[in-house]
Amino acid sequence: MSKYYIYQDTKRCIGCFSCESHCKTKNNLPIGPRLTQIIPVGPKRLNNLPRMSYVFMPCFHCQEPWCVAACPTGAMQKRPKDGIVFVDDTLCVGCKACITACPWGTPQWNPETGKAVKCDYCMDRVDQGLEPACVTKCITKCLHFGDPAKKTQSKRDRHAKKVADFE
Amino acid sequence: MKESVYSICGMCTVRCPIKVDVEDGVVKWIEGNPNDPGMAGRLCAKGSAGLAMLYDYERPQHPMIREGKRGEGKWKKATWDEALDYIANKLQDIIKKHGAKAIALSDRGGPFRDIHRSFLRAIGSPNYYNHDCTCARNVQHAALSLFGSGRKTFNYDYGNCKHLVLYGRNVFESLRVKQAGIIMDMLDRGGKITYIDPRAAGTAMKASRYWAIRPGTDYALNLGIIHTVLRDKLYDAEFVKQWVLGLKELESFVIPYTPEWAAAETGIPANEIVEFANEIAAARPAVIFHPGWMVARYSDSFYSIRTSYILNSLMGAFEAPGGLFFQKGPGDVGAKGLKSLLDTIPKPEEKRVDGCGWKHKHFEAGPGLLHLLYPAILSEDPYPVKAYIAFRHDPLLALPDPEAQKKAFDKLDLVVAIDANYSETGWYADVLLPSATYLEKSSVLTTGKGLKPQFGMRKQAVEPRNDAKPDWWIFKSLAERLGAGEYFKFKDMEAFWEWQLEDTGITVSDIEKKGFVALTDKPVWWNRMKDLKFKTPSQKIEFVSSRLEACGIESFKPYESPKKPDGGHYRLAFGRSPVHTHGRTQNNPVLSEIMPENQLWLNDEEARNLGVANGERVRVTSADGSHSGTINVYVTEFIHPESVFMVHGFGRKVPWQTRGFNKGLGDYRFETGLLGVYDPVGGANSLMECFVKVEKAE
Repeated sequence: MSKYYIYQDTKRCIGCFSCESHCKTKNNLPIGPRLTQIIPVGPKRLNNLPRMSYVFMPCFHCQEPWCVAACPTGAMQKRPKDGIVFVDDTLCVGCKACITACPWGTPQWNPETGKAVKCDYCMDRVDQGLEPACVTKCITKCLHFGDPAKKTQSKRDRHAKKVADFE
Repeated sequence: MKESVYSICGMCTVRCPIKVDVEDGVVKWIEGNPNDPGMAGRLCAKGSAGLAMLYDYERPQHPMIREGKRGEGKWKKATWDEALDYIANKLQDIIKKHGAKAIALSDRGGPFRDIHRSFLRAIGSPNYYNHDCTCARNVQHAALSLFGSGRKTFNYDYGNCKHLVLYGRNVFESLRVKQAGIIMDMLDRGGKITYIDPRAAGTAMKASRYWAIRPGTDYALNLGIIHTVLRDKLYDAEFVKQWVLGLKELESFVIPYTPEWAAAETGIPANEIVEFANEIAAARPAVIFHPGWMVARYSDSFYSIRTSYILNSLMGAFEAPGGLFFQKGPGDVGAKGLKSLLDTIPKPEEKRVDGCGWKHKHFEAGPGLLHLLYPAILSEDPYPVKAYIAFRHDPLLALPDPEAQKKAFDKLDLVVAIDANYSETGWYADVLLPSATYLEKSSVLTTGKGLKPQFGMRKQAVEPRNDAKPDWWIFKSLAERLGAGEYFKFKDMEAFWEWQLEDTGITVSDIEKKGFVALTDKPVWWNRMKDLKFKTPSQKIEFVSSRLEACGIESFKPYESPKKPDGGHYRLAFGRSPVHTHGRTQNNPVLSEIMPENQLWLNDEEARNLGVANGERVRVTSADGSHSGTINVYVTEFIHPESVFMVHGFGRKVPWQTRGFNKGLGDYRFETGLLGVYDPVGGANSLMECFVKVEKAE
């Protein structure tokens, strides 16, 4: 697991797909590869109200990434300093082993370069002290980037307010 | 070289403040202007995809003059001189024969109109139109009838609102970036949303109450709520006494409209209506009944909007935190406003060809009603119109029934489209002029009214690509060719800005620093019991409207139940997706990938009756049988059985837009026979008085 995490506050997510567009344009990608995706699930009736789930699917940057293990050229790597999993474009030969290996469908195919491409948490931005494109420009600020230990706080705070008992 | 330019987005009508990062003349990154705390980087999918629009090769690249028949797609590449001379010669012939009044121009409204409106006025035509007959005209006229001023008199304090009531105003999909963030904060703080729509749109997914109302019965619901509010004395008596004229008349009018009656009409249980009325009364005045934005829907939409405004009045929601506030302009904070070129040009003496403001006194003259231009072209009554310029407006997919519209176009000697995108109208035009995108041009400075009025700036970030030109240059060049150059002496937008800012004490570089300059530090609220400025003759909120009564129109219209569709037929509703702007982005490489085509929402029980399953193809046919097409069906319990729904803007027929071409279906093509059907009091097209047949596709 990388030391970073993108936490999606699902209560605030409105399924506007903006994160996909921010990602796509930041990475200058052609039609085809989608490094992150919102997958809408639902709607379902919950307490007599329609409710939709918008599942945010970037790369999870696993502790022992299937894609890194599968890559025969060493193009797919885990950055030692922070655990970000990324493709070194110059080493990728386009064999697609990473695409086959990943259980979540994360690595994507770039038809223009003939190489694999994947979410690297916008590591060039991270190295400048910025946040990934999807997080920076999220409309409702439902995406949060950073330390996984801290990112669960808002969920706990909200739940606490809901169940607080003053008797 | 790297630089950041503060500007204003142009991907939709909201026009969010943005920061554009440019490297060696190439745009690399766009984000919401971080100097604006409401934006703080935020941007929607369309906003980021502005980059894809800019670098797309499937956009008009150079002027084109038609060679084949209209719409045939045979074009000749032209230089700007050739194209502008061609247009100017045709216009001069028309002016010679019929006068300048025979030239009409339409746009899509907004704060950047000064140059092209001035162009039309300078050549001597009164026939300026915008898109509003398919948008907010009913809202505008409803506001005028109550307050004596238009809908933009007010804005909404969502942040402090306790209960937001939305009639199909789909705030989480038909997006305004800042507003969506603020409303989400409001929900997080325990505020409520009641969402009313025959279809559970994205906003319903976050709402505290969702009412799947029977289509076309919003007015009945409002009458039932008003009945309850008056009967149970749930209104703000002090505010009403101070500001409202006509409460007694309203009280006697709503006597028959009990919640039980409204329940039978709308399908919303009477006890829920009563419960709701009590809830909003408890939350008042921090209550907003949103009057709607695009409400060109039904032939009684004017009265449903008007009663929403009446409910705001009964809740005392004006100039109250969490309610509707008066938007303050420069004058309200003791500042000088921007100069307007339009104001320096004498108004043409001719009357509007559509009769707005004179024949139809209850319709505001301003942008008129574009749907009334078509019968005037065909009948030449009161005079002939022979040229039409569509500027970043696509009436063939905005107004109903493109085939009926083309019949009127065919009587014109000249159709010109000026656009940064290919449009259905552009494809049917005689001359297509490629205008620069918002990233490639500067526009006139804007005045942003609100609690803190400000001036804003759209500033060119990069040079226009291909042979595109900024619209100010196009209209200035045309005006010069038509002998009206005296008004267009400014060299460029920078020079124009300096003129706009004369006497304001603010400089161009002041605005460039952050992209805007606020004219006051603190938000301005007026005393809501003393200082409200209603522009009616009585200076009150006129439930009984002097404006309407003077035209012989009733202030309270007895309710008429909308038509129920025949078996196998449905009322066709349309709306927005968060990733597309009306009909303008279906070909955008990034946005078309996220949403390549639309689907037809169909009620699950109806689907069972028709024998179709989710994801199957269905055939949709217009009421008159003249238009038909197939589409994937989305079967769901979350749409009213009388309705079907599709996202607007698909079903495109411009072959040079390879990503959008023939994808999905266009609601506007099914609205056959509806070009001349409109709300008689509000003036907007009745776009949802449209019935279609749905069956399983062979």
